[in-house]
Amino acid sequence: MLHAAYLMPLFPLAGFAVLAVFGRKIGNPLAGWLATGTVTASFAIALVTLAGMIGEPASHRSFVETLFTWIPVSALHVQVGFLIDPLSLVMVLFVTGVSAVIHWYSIGYMAHDEGYARFFVYLNLFVASMLILVMASNLVFTFVGWEGVGLCSYFLIAFWYDRPAAASAGKKAFIMNRVGDAGFLLAMFVLFNALHTLSIPAILAHLGDLSTGTATAAALLLFLAATGKSAQIPLFTWLPDAMEGPTPVSALIHAATMVTAGVYLMVRMSPLLHRATDVSEVIAIVGVATALVAATIASTQNDIKKVIAYSTVSQIGYMFLAVGVGAYTAAIFLMVAHAFYKSLLFLSAGSVIHGLHDEQDIKKMGGLRKFMPWTFAAFMAGWLAIAGVPPLSAFWAKGAVLVHAFSYDIGLWIVGAITAVFTAYYMGREFYIVFYGDERWRRLEVIKGDPHESPWVMRGPLVILSVLAAIGGLLDLPFHPHLDFLSSWLAPVVGSVSRHSSVGVGGEWALAITDSVLAVIGVTLAWRLWRVTADARHLEPAFLQRAWLVDETYDKIFARGGEALAGFLANVVEAKIIDGAVNGTASGLRWMGSGLRRIQTGYVRNYAIGIVLGLVAILAWMLVRAGV
Amino acid sequence: MTAEPFPFLTVIVLLPAIAAVVVAVVQKAPRWVAELASALASLAVLALAVTIAVQFRTHDAGYQMVSRHQWIPGLGISWALGVDGISLFLVVLTAVIFPLAMLGGKVRQRPASFLAWMLFLEAACIASFLSLDLILFFVAFEITLVPAYFLISGWGHERRGYAAIKFFLYTFVGSAFLLVGILALAFIHLHQTGHLTFDIVQLAHTHLSAVTGDLLFWAFTAAFAVKAPLFPLHTWSPDAYGEAPIAGSVVLAAILAKLGTYGIIRFDLTLFPRATVSMAPGILTLAVIGIIYGALVAAKSKDLKRLVAYSSLSHIGFIVLGLFALSAESLSGSVLQMINHGIIVAALFLLIGMIYERRGTWQIPKLRGLQRPAPILAAVFVVVVLAAVGLPGLNGFVGEFLILIGTFVTHRWWGVVAVAGVVLSAVYLLWAYQQVFHGKPDGENEHFHEMRWREGLLMVPLVGLIVFLGIYPKPVLDRIEPTVDALVAHVDAAAHTRHGPHTPCRERSVRCAGPKATTRNLALAPRSGVTPSARAQDSTHRDVIGTAATTGSGVGG
Repeated sequence: MLHAAYLMPLFPLAGFAVLAVFGRKIGNPLAGWLATGTVTASFAIALVTLAGMIGEPASHRSFVETLFTWIPVSALHVQVGFLIDPLSLVMVLFVTGVSAVIHWYSIGYMAHDEGYARFFVYLNLFVASMLILVMASNLVFTFVGWEGVGLCSYFLIAFWYDRPAAASAGKKAFIMNRVGDAGFLLAMFVLFNALHTLSIPAILAHLGDLSTGTATAAALLLFLAATGKSAQIPLFTWLPDAMEGPTPVSALIHAATMVTAGVYLMVRMSPLLHRATDVSEVIAIVGVATALVAATIASTQNDIKKVIAYSTVSQIGYMFLAVGVGAYTAAIFLMVAHAFYKSLLFLSAGSVIHGLHDEQDIKKMGGLRKFMPWTFAAFMAGWLAIAGVPPLSAFWAKGAVLVHAFSYDIGLWIVGAITAVFTAYYMGREFYIVFYGDERWRRLEVIKGDPHESPWVMRGPLVILSVLAAIGGLLDLPFHPHLDFLSSWLAPVVGSVSRHSSVGVGGEWALAITDSVLAVIGVTLAWRLWRVTADARHLEPAFLQRAWLVDETYDKIFARGGEALAGFLANVVEAKIIDGAVNGTASGLRWMGSGLRRIQTGYVRNYAIGIVLGLVAILAWMLVRAGV
Repeated sequence: MTAEPFPFLTVIVLLPAIAAVVVAVVQKAPRWVAELASALASLAVLALAVTIAVQFRTHDAGYQMVSRHQWIPGLGISWALGVDGISLFLVVLTAVIFPLAMLGGKVRQRPASFLAWMLFLEAACIASFLSLDLILFFVAFEITLVPAYFLISGWGHERRGYAAIKFFLYTFVGSAFLLVGILALAFIHLHQTGHLTFDIVQLAHTHLSAVTGDLLFWAFTAAFAVKAPLFPLHTWSPDAYGEAPIAGSVVLAAILAKLGTYGIIRFDLTLFPRATVSMAPGILTLAVIGIIYGALVAAKSKDLKRLVAYSSLSHIGFIVLGLFALSAESLSGSVLQMINHGIIVAALFLLIGMIYERRGTWQIPKLRGLQRPAPILAAVFVVVVLAAVGLPGLNGFVGEFLILIGTFVTHRWWGVVAVAGVVLSAVYLLWAYQQVFHGKPDGENEHFHEMRWREGLLMVPLVGLIVFLGIYPKPVLDRIEPTVDALVAHVDAAAHTRHGPHTPCRERSVRCAGPKATTRNLALAPRSGVTPSARAQDSTHRDVIGTAATTGSGVGG
């Protein structure tokens, strides 16, 4: 088996370094191809590692590669090392694979941007960070990747930094993520305090030494970190704003990879959840609630990317639902399938935006299927896939989640099932408004002439992702024990803590049919309501359009409240009280001293010089004494 | 003694002082004479500092390269210098920062006297870090005020007079307490042993009653808390940092502030371990308030220099937090963070100086969209800002993480609240960055000049250190840790001797310094750790401190 995991982050990291220094010299399009090449190389190494791992027996598929000691103080020994096992390899494969495709697409999408080279600098740094995040063998090193991807997300959201909205959205994403990251830090502190190690294998091996309370605290704090990174309630409001970034970024970072890091973290630490009490329930409830809330919001948005962004929040909610009900394999399955169809949807949306010269309002689009047939087909594939129409990927992946939710608690299943209808509906609504109906862009003069289909360098990735979105279900089929590839692959990692569904074969069939019916209901609703018209205000209540007012409430409480507090501290406490006391003492002394003015100069400066001269005299005296 | 070792420490103190005198004497000569002389002198100091770091024995907790000479024998005052894991990198930091400050903060008027004051200040700072004699330390500590005062009042900005006097008087009042404390301690020691000395190694064995110890602790701490500065004694710092010339701001924030935190660890923890333990909760509270308060006030600052001053208050809060949390992790983190903060804040002020040079202002509202005309300067700025924010992979994270994890272990709730500082630092620094560098440049900002080669070369060592110490802090931590371990053991041992309410290990259970050292490489320590073995460990560590004196004098001859 190939023991060269460090090469996987090293390639994009080297690409980052080279492009950061020489990017503008290398120029367009070579810089893009170089960046794509480094990620493809990582993908190739991941494939070789996979081939080696398949040859090993299941019990030998996990190893740690240690590079060097990073922070050695007392009991704390943080190693820079990589944990390679079936779980991290799945993550690495889909991260590098999807990244390579999206890098490739970006060569075309960013071709006319003046920040072309800079874009790939950030993109390569992102892939390196993401690989560190999923492969790190120590939680502190995981945190390097965790904050690294957040940083790249900040850079890429604020990529067009002269737009104030983009700059603010980037900062907002970073700060909300930092709130979650504080949870990550505290979780590490709790675990270190109890176990004296932060190495992931060591923590998981010694979970028995944790008290239930400690395990619960650590698990909840890690989940807080996950809600930040993965945009779940209560920290989800940054993700829709993140759509200010270029569309390939939305596809790669804010759909396929980074935002699913929270799910990965939960699955990686699943034995900890198992040891804690009630944390799984909290995760399941937060997940399914986020799924429903975000789906209702997505049903009313008019920005082509915001619909997909809320859809991402909703889909990740399903993944957390899976984690919460102990269906870890299903969570990873949905994560991979989602990476395929969601990046497909984003890249198709990007193709539409590209063709309409940066227009993002779907109400100004319409009838585009004639002008952009490839994009139309790709978007439709993505829509039907996410809707859960059999036999496309989400039918299997989301189906697996819902089966486990059903067997865990019927209430969770009901909310999940309602969300499934919404899912098929909101994406269908977008599909019909964009590709059917009147050609509203003509009347509104969005562009001159007809929209154009995107070049092959952008269409190629669409084709690949369409195929993957369609057949992604093959990864884990339920029919036969030899077909559940992903489940048996991940069994050494999560098998012992996974819950098994108790619904039986008949129940699974019944649920699969129910899922199909729900998908068809959603699709039909969208078709009935939005195929002809794009104007149906009664279907877009303001409360949902304004995202349940969550963002506005946060803004009132935290942004303005915090600003008021800071203003009070700066203008009153600091200026009047603390510094006021100092200056008051000084003027009081001056007042007392005014009586002595005749024999004193009154200039503090002169006193200072007097003190200095005195000191020099003392020093000189000492030197003289020393000489004696 | 035959082979007298080269007196590195005496030379590194005297060299910049002599150079300062030379530069001051040749004031009338052409400008380049003074510049060349000070450049050569400060580079020689840097070379010496690097040599000292190379010669330093890694696993030795005590003072090394000690040179001890009688100075005023009648008063028990000696010229005693020594370096250990705590002072080593502060000396290196001083030697790195001063040449950069002199190059980056060039002044137009009276350059020779400016450089002379800078060199003099460098000598005083190094002497403070190396001094093993309290009077020698006090003299050096006080003398730093003189060049600092003249640098602010001579080359500062509009309100320089006010700022300089405020700085001088504020810190001078603190020092008055320190002097009284030093004399009182020496006389108590004289009374007990019949031997008048100001040697800290010997004074560490003075027996102090709880009340006396507490009083002396406060006398020493007053001076250091002002210098650091610790909330609420900080209000001189925004004025001084804000009004000083760039070179002055750099050395004030990067080096002089460290005299305060260094004083705490060197004198409070060594001389008054019991008082340190009993006073810890109060000072930890002030440190945490400083972290949050500094960050919030920084968020409202309209002026880049004052913003950095308040961010320094917040970051110094972290350092003090680690010092008084009294665990090996937090103390090592604090010592490392003194270095990190010095590098980061120096880089920030140098960058702000570049902005000032071009735009004649550091008012945030007047700056806008600078990333477009100056992408390289923006990139360097962002790296430094991220280091200040504590992004893992850059140096600020390692120190902050060690401080917080060490604090959580011994003083949980202070650690928890301090984590909020991690979030807030991102808020005010990214907000400032956005206002200055993002958006569309307007007016004069459009013609903002990109970073020049000379300026870039100035930033290379700082950014290089930011990245290097972020990825590979091991060489530094390996040298800091033995000294810190010994110090933690010393403090714990002193706390054990008293059976009062302040037994630090009571709630910490297994996390005391002693058992930690024994279980260093084990993943798991038994939960019932603090027992006889811990005590034994403590006493061996105390011996390390005790024997340091003998080793030291042996080397020094």
